[in-house]
Amino acid sequence: MFGDYSLGDLGSIFVMQGFAGLILFSVYVLMALGLAIIFGQMGVINMAHGEFMILGAYVTWMTSNFFQNYLPSLFSGYFFLAMILAFVASGALGMLVEWVLIRHLYKRPLDTLLATWGLSLMLQQAYRSVFGAREVGVELPQWMLGSLHVTDSIEVPINGVFVMCLTVLITIAVAYVMYKSRWGRQVRAVVQNRIMAGAVGINTEKVDRYTFGLGCGIAGVAGSAFTMIGSTGPTSGQLYIVDTFLVVVFGGAASLIGTIASAFSISQTQSTLEFFMSGSMAKVLTLLAVVGILMLRPQGLFALKVRK
Amino acid sequence: MSDEANKGLLSPLRRKLLMGMAAVPAITMLPRASFAQAPATSAVNTTGLAVTDTEVTVGILHSATGTMAISETGSIEAEKLAIEQINAAGGVLGRKIKFIQEDGASDWPTFAEKAKKLLVNDKVAAIMGCWTSASRKAVLPVMEQYNGMLYYPTFYEGLEQSKNVIYTGQEATQQILAGLNWIAKEKGAKSFFFIGSDYIWPRTSNKIARKHVENVLKGKVVGEEYYPLGNTQFNSVINKIKLTKPDVIFTDVVGGSNVAFYKQLKAAGIDLSKQALLTISVTEDEIDGIGGENIAGAYACMKYFQSLDNPNNKAFVPAFKKMWGEKTVIGDVTQAAYLGPWLWKLTVEKAGSFDIDKIAAASPGVEFKGAPEGYVRIHENHHLWSKTRVGRAKLDGQFELIYETADLVEPDPFPKGYQ
Repeated sequence: MFGDYSLGDLGSIFVMQGFAGLILFSVYVLMALGLAIIFGQMGVINMAHGEFMILGAYVTWMTSNFFQNYLPSLFSGYFFLAMILAFVASGALGMLVEWVLIRHLYKRPLDTLLATWGLSLMLQQAYRSVFGAREVGVELPQWMLGSLHVTDSIEVPINGVFVMCLTVLITIAVAYVMYKSRWGRQVRAVVQNRIMAGAVGINTEKVDRYTFGLGCGIAGVAGSAFTMIGSTGPTSGQLYIVDTFLVVVFGGAASLIGTIASAFSISQTQSTLEFFMSGSMAKVLTLLAVVGILMLRPQGLFALKVRK
Repeated sequence: MSDEANKGLLSPLRRKLLMGMAAVPAITMLPRASFAQAPATSAVNTTGLAVTDTEVTVGILHSATGTMAISETGSIEAEKLAIEQINAAGGVLGRKIKFIQEDGASDWPTFAEKAKKLLVNDKVAAIMGCWTSASRKAVLPVMEQYNGMLYYPTFYEGLEQSKNVIYTGQEATQQILAGLNWIAKEKGAKSFFFIGSDYIWPRTSNKIARKHVENVLKGKVVGEEYYPLGNTQFNSVINKIKLTKPDVIFTDVVGGSNVAFYKQLKAAGIDLSKQALLTISVTEDEIDGIGGENIAGAYACMKYFQSLDNPNNKAFVPAFKKMWGEKTVIGDVTQAAYLGPWLWKLTVEKAGSFDIDKIAAASPGVEFKGAPEGYVRIHENHHLWSKTRVGRAKLDGQFELIYETADLVEPDPFPKGYQ
């Protein structure tokens, strides 16, 4: 297929394709981080993860409307406020859900699957009733649209770069919170041995609630960022849920590094294959590879070594 | 609401007679004259349909919940508007239309079940409904077994024809061919890149488009790509488009993917004012989610645009907005759904009967001069003769009409040489 093209053309396409892979990688990491905390650290199979993301997207939409109508002069910066609000809204909903639903199910992880699946259906219908069944269009400030013109044939999407930077920042923040802070130590202690953690004076209920809230809050930020590249509608969350679980499970549930490594390998495989064959076939082959590797390594790419 | 109030005033006997009729208050508003002319029920209904001396019941069967609610909401709204307008104008054979709305819930077996319920329990005289081909295929055997009549609004892939269905949208050749001819002639387009969602409609449409490009236009298809429904990442295919530099990008991507595709196309620096893009899957409804700034400049091939400048449409758009809100937009399928109740009314009046067999036989040749898209007529094959139009997307989310066929295009659900 390359016979007809000049070397210059091919070179720039490979550069662009590299960027496409990196953008996909950032998207995967960003959508999986929240779940890596909730599923990876707490063992809760949160099927409503996508709906927490979409809550963030709707918050962004409302913020953009608010700025357009009342503060048009500050519109170009609204997105940063929107992401913070998205974090707060999704996080608060997450803590509420944890209190009402999840905390009764910690000893029954499979039941969390059903409960959160039901929750996702309820949230979808709630969005539909509140915001309407149609998709909404989130208007972005001018500077976030279009691309950076590097050479005549190499153009880098600005929204892609934005997602990449955001992903790096949030990953660093999460890594710091989980592995360096006192609170992160408490979280890991509770995950490894709930009873013992309680015995040494950790308020396990509080830790659980904030951890779940943090995971949901990050999902909200991801949803907010994805308004730049995807759709915002009551069922848009469903578009992300399968890929998200794929990344987290493939990476090894309890490992942040695993999540990143898995997002990297899946995104690179997929975007390379997509270039050489049709999108549907690329997806099939990627999934086959993942299934194959998981058969050989059921614990995922990176697994914590713990005594059972 | 006022239903309840009225019931309180009626004698128990009358109440029993009126049981199950939802729209009581409007009866008193109907002009008396129309009752005087109404033919006897025994004459116009010989098959036990839900027709009384004053009312006739039809069904509305769309997804009000689930994934497809995004698309089907507009159709539901259009059908309710048409029914209200028909009632205000005196109803059908002097009878007011009452509707029973069922929710297909974006689930195809549910569609079949609800269709059966509407036909067997409610004995509806017609069903306005379905949206995806999958839901229509699920409902079709039910319609044929229990002899119902379905008015189906969506443009679709063709390859189907039934006595029990009137297709008020375009079949594939009607939608695509004139648009391809236009862009080949107007833009001198020779090379095409096809990209679609991976299911029957895009695949069948692209098959027809490919044959037309290769055999009739003597052009070349430089790429044909399919992505799973719900795919949100298109950067790789956009790179392929940049590499192959087609004259025209031809797309039938649907649903949430649509939004992602255009946002990423714009972000990748493809300027739709220079790169021609022809889509058969974006209406005003979709642009609401995509955002006008992401798709401005693209061409869409449809039969109706909200911006059409004709007297029918100038009455239709304000009426629709008055009923459903100033901000609602009207896409191609919404307009096609609006045709359903009107075509049914005209057919019933032509046949002088509500009986399904008589309607099916009377349908060919029925004309609707009040259609917002302009004049339409039902063909022998139960599809509509209608024009094909090309519009160009503007920043405000509306289309500017660029081209329309001079004559009505004949529907051809089983196109020879295209299969």
